[in-house]
Amino acid sequence: MDLSLEINGRTEELSVDPGVTLLDALREKLGVTGPKKGCDRGQCGACTVHVDGRPVLSCLTLAATVQEPVTTVEGLADGESLHPVQRAFLDQDALQCGFCTSGQVMSAVAAVEQDVDDVREFMSGNICRCSAYPNIVAAVEQARQAG
Amino acid sequence: MRSFELTAPTTIDDALGSTGTFLAGGTTLVDLMKLDVLTPQRVQNINGLPLRGIDTSDGLRIGALERMSDVAANPGVYPAISRALLQSASQQLRNMASIGGNLMQRTRCGYFRDVDKPCNRRDPGSGCPAIEGANRMHAILGTSDACAATHASDLAVALVALDAEVKLVSTDGERTVKLADFYMQPGQTPEAEHDLREGELIGEVVVPKLDWATNSTYVKVRDRQSYEFALTSAAVALDVRGGVIADARVAAGGVATVPWKLGVVEDVLRGKPATQETFEAAAALAAEGAKPLSGNTFKVSLLKRTIVRALLETTEGMQL
Repeated sequence: MDLSLEINGRTEELSVDPGVTLLDALREKLGVTGPKKGCDRGQCGACTVHVDGRPVLSCLTLAATVQEPVTTVEGLADGESLHPVQRAFLDQDALQCGFCTSGQVMSAVAAVEQDVDDVREFMSGNICRCSAYPNIVAAVEQARQAG
Repeated sequence: MRSFELTAPTTIDDALGSTGTFLAGGTTLVDLMKLDVLTPQRVQNINGLPLRGIDTSDGLRIGALERMSDVAANPGVYPAISRALLQSASQQLRNMASIGGNLMQRTRCGYFRDVDKPCNRRDPGSGCPAIEGANRMHAILGTSDACAATHASDLAVALVALDAEVKLVSTDGERTVKLADFYMQPGQTPEAEHDLREGELIGEVVVPKLDWATNSTYVKVRDRQSYEFALTSAAVALDVRGGVIADARVAAGGVATVPWKLGVVEDVLRGKPATQETFEAAAALAAEGAKPLSGNTFKVSLLKRTIVRALLETTEGMQL
């Protein structure tokens, strides 16, 4: 199937089988490797991207069904200037191995935008095998206070 | 994933006039296709169909394609429903999953999801390893010797408590079914899960107007505090007047093969003082007829305590 996807503000034309997920289209077809393939079953959150500004799991999203703009971790920074959430993850040392981090950051951006009451609850769909959770929560709080 | 044909009908008639598994949020279907549990040859992406809208002006009407997160965030939605939604899955999944799809989700039984294992629900007549196997998460109510898989939806429990109906659309017109009657217990045919016929689609969920359902809640007990399926759950609405329970709605989840309406508990509550003693007496009947398996006898007492907890929550802060 021939598709046109808007990825991080750029229109990308690609051809995929119907069963190709947004995650595989991004990574394998478009070289956008920020979203990670962890479980590939919608359980770990490493593949989290925004579709139309909302976090979704790109491993359970068929590429051919995506109509709205997609934002990945690559689309957050403004040139060399990091997004406040990325800055906060660095400041708070909110990672160890870093594999889950792009997904964590995408959910954290939504947590800040929505000014959520319960950060831990909101972030529960992003698993961190290194268990950097306290620092991840601290990063979300820092980014929230940075406004 | 096996190859399949993907279409995107734009009208309900187009969708119902052709064959193919319906895809909305994809959180169940794509997952189970990757596992080879479902292997449709044709998939219809129905996200373009006009089945949207949340109307809270007279009870509650929810278009089947509305997303869980949008329904949960609507301030006009009864608390039991929004709390059930907010305790379901993760925020990413709630952004994806539709209301119709939530009601049609398949069981999380590990044997159902593993095509290398027998499962009467997936492969009729092949057997049920859960009856003698890993069954801690399984049902204690509505089971048979052929299947004891739980129904996984939290939303459906809240909807059954509040006597919700589903509007089913087909090329022949519409019919409305009470959600409590929509789901079928496994018996000897666990593959038959619901009353949705070939060529039908869930169009809308309708919750009858119930003013006092603003005093309702959903309590979910699970192994983790978040992002986990229920061990037990209870949806409760209570109408308390002058310390006396005028009316009640109660249903349970995590314990049964279908969302479990507890009319017997409602009956005991009506007309009694809204006290913990009443709640415990009513909840004592919740597990009537339960057949616990080797790994889940704990659910009998946990279910009763979950219902008491939910009832106490709905009377918190009241002058009784």
